[in-house]
Amino acid sequence: MAEIMKKITVALAGNPNSGKTTIFNMLTGARQHVGNYPGVTVEKKEGLCKYAGFEMTVVDLPGTYSLTAYSIEELIARNFIIGEQPDVVVDIIDASNIERNLYLATQLIEMNVPLVLAFNMSDMAKQKGLLFDIEQLCELLEAMIVPTVGNKGKGRVKLLDAIVETAQRGKKERTHIIHYGKEIEEELEKVEKLLAREHELVEKYGSRWLAVKLLEQDSEVTAKVHRKEVLDAVTAGTEHLRTIFGDEPEIIMADRRYGFISGACQEAVKSTVESRHSRSDMIDAVVTNRILGLPIFLILMYLAFLLTFKIGEYPMGWLERFFDWAGTTIIAFWPAGSESWFKSLLVDGVIGGVGGVVVFLPNILLLFLAIAILEDSGYMARAAFIMDRIMHKIGLHGKSFIPMLIGFGCSIPAIMGTRILENRRNRFTTIMVIPLMSCGARLMIYALIIPAFFTEKWRGPMLWLIYLIGIVLAIICIKVLRLTVFRGETTPFVMELPPYRMPTLKSVCIHMWQRGWMFLKKAGTIILAISIILWVAMSYPKPSRQSLAGLSSEQARQTALAYSVIGRIGRTIEPALKPLGFDWKIGTALIGATAAKEVFVSQLGIVYAIGGADEKSHTLREKLQANYTPLTGFCIMLFCLISTPCVATVAMTKQETNSWGWALFQFFGLTTLAYVITLIVYQIGSFIAG
Amino acid sequence: MEDRQTRPLSTVKAGETVKLAGIKAGRGLNSRLASMGLVPDVEITVVRNRHPGPFVISVKDSKMILGRGIAHKIMVL
Repeated sequence: MAEIMKKITVALAGNPNSGKTTIFNMLTGARQHVGNYPGVTVEKKEGLCKYAGFEMTVVDLPGTYSLTAYSIEELIARNFIIGEQPDVVVDIIDASNIERNLYLATQLIEMNVPLVLAFNMSDMAKQKGLLFDIEQLCELLEAMIVPTVGNKGKGRVKLLDAIVETAQRGKKERTHIIHYGKEIEEELEKVEKLLAREHELVEKYGSRWLAVKLLEQDSEVTAKVHRKEVLDAVTAGTEHLRTIFGDEPEIIMADRRYGFISGACQEAVKSTVESRHSRSDMIDAVVTNRILGLPIFLILMYLAFLLTFKIGEYPMGWLERFFDWAGTTIIAFWPAGSESWFKSLLVDGVIGGVGGVVVFLPNILLLFLAIAILEDSGYMARAAFIMDRIMHKIGLHGKSFIPMLIGFGCSIPAIMGTRILENRRNRFTTIMVIPLMSCGARLMIYALIIPAFFTEKWRGPMLWLIYLIGIVLAIICIKVLRLTVFRGETTPFVMELPPYRMPTLKSVCIHMWQRGWMFLKKAGTIILAISIILWVAMSYPKPSRQSLAGLSSEQARQTALAYSVIGRIGRTIEPALKPLGFDWKIGTALIGATAAKEVFVSQLGIVYAIGGADEKSHTLREKLQANYTPLTGFCIMLFCLISTPCVATVAMTKQETNSWGWALFQFFGLTTLAYVITLIVYQIGSFIAG
Repeated sequence: MEDRQTRPLSTVKAGETVKLAGIKAGRGLNSRLASMGLVPDVEITVVRNRHPGPFVISVKDSKMILGRGIAHKIMVL
């Protein structure tokens, strides 16, 4: 008989690098759900765990050092705890770095939540020679403490027992509180007294916590208080404290919390071994070395790139072959030569569309494999620093380099890869310029055009020039975006340097699986929908039978495309494209290329009525040579480089920025940029050529 | 008596241990650094300070990388 499970919510809090994710994985296994917190692009991970008659919803809060109102992550964590009232909050503590990690615990203690402390990485702490008097710490901190080793799955049952026990006990009054010293306590008392009339607030937040936050001049809490006498008391209090201490009250209060922690640690933590040069220091001496640092980084990045795209080619090939096979199998259901809209929808629309989504999956999985290894091992923090000096100059974070590099392979995994950036402004700026990194699909266009118009000697430099233009434009765009839409100080660079750790297979696999699934579910559905719309626009309306009579199959396809919505748009916009040196044929191919950049080549084949055109097609090259000048050829490449990201990119940008606004901004912004630049180049070029 | 003359952290050589006197930055950064353990009187050991290259300090058993701009704003004894 299935017993009725009692449902509880467990929130995981903890510093970045405390191994919070390993505990989350340990508790929930693969039963996880990744989404966003409402209205923001901070990731929200939830998982289920059944234990001892309890069904626990485990929520992984963003990793934070504190719970102030200064960063969106801290606000989210804090508001979740206050708003959702989780039955238990588990604070994951890196036991090898206990003082700093307990700081967050002091904030949770002040919020008086039912608290469990997981002393994670207790094996590392032991290696470092740290001995904990757990019983005494439990008493001082008034919370259950469980030693765990998340990446080895140790301590799971004990942690679950502690969660269940704490949940059953519920909230209780604390006997120890953090004492802030006479002067601050006096002010706190005054404010608390005046707060007594703010019933609702006190009910929700507790008067002590409110008073503490008010004296810390917490903007969010201050905005909630409306009584003038309270605000006046706070202003007077902070003013008074500032004169006594010569520093902001919040800094003094942080100091006192650390004082409380060292008091507790002095009694209950013994260090038996003098800390010596650790293995991490030795690795750091090499990988962040002045001379070796950059080459090592570049080699690792190259390996990540190879892994994502070269190894990814194989499964991509299998998937493509599978979808081809599925297409031919379905075609076989209809008598040869018959035309059916349903067949075309199934084969070209649905299978083509689904195939177009799924072929990205290997890239996404492999990229996140590489990212998971880089992050879990601790190297990512070093990599960010190594690149920071260069990236900072153009106004981005060091970590932005990685998604931008991946963009040379494909924008889809690259945009998803920007999740490694915590800062929203950095992340969005990076997303906006990623399409300027010339992706693999665009290489096919260059491969068609360059040999058609340029002699052997110029082919290499031409290709190089195109890529370079993309990079230079990206840098300019970043500068402009940072000065306009994403204005604001670049976040100063402060980052913890976590010790190196061996990534575990389990956590790497879970990470990959999450990303892959999210891609299929979220971006996949949009990509599919837009692909089908494009298919319709390319196939309808159909010309009448009579008009096709007597034409060869190539000519028939040409006529049909010219007759379709896309062909008509191509003709309609021809006047707008003329100044760029493009005719309606190029226009039609460009619109088709929004489905996927490489489609440009096959579309051009169709409008020139050449069967089976690919980038190596000699006949198509001859046609191009006969119809266009090298200047037009160059302009085509330029336009394809800068303009209209493919629909998959648009869908991905929508998914990752959580707004159609940004996706459309990117789409139209880049297209306008492409138009202007190509216009200038063509006009000046034709003027010089006379 | 100890010398009350403060100087920016950026001038401290690798291997030296100093005490934090104050941080001359905005409230947001100040508070963030405080939550990471950079509170008054805390001992800071400079692990590496070499141009060019990372500025690394060790505070309360954890290592942190700082931008040079921040290292200029942190005053130590």
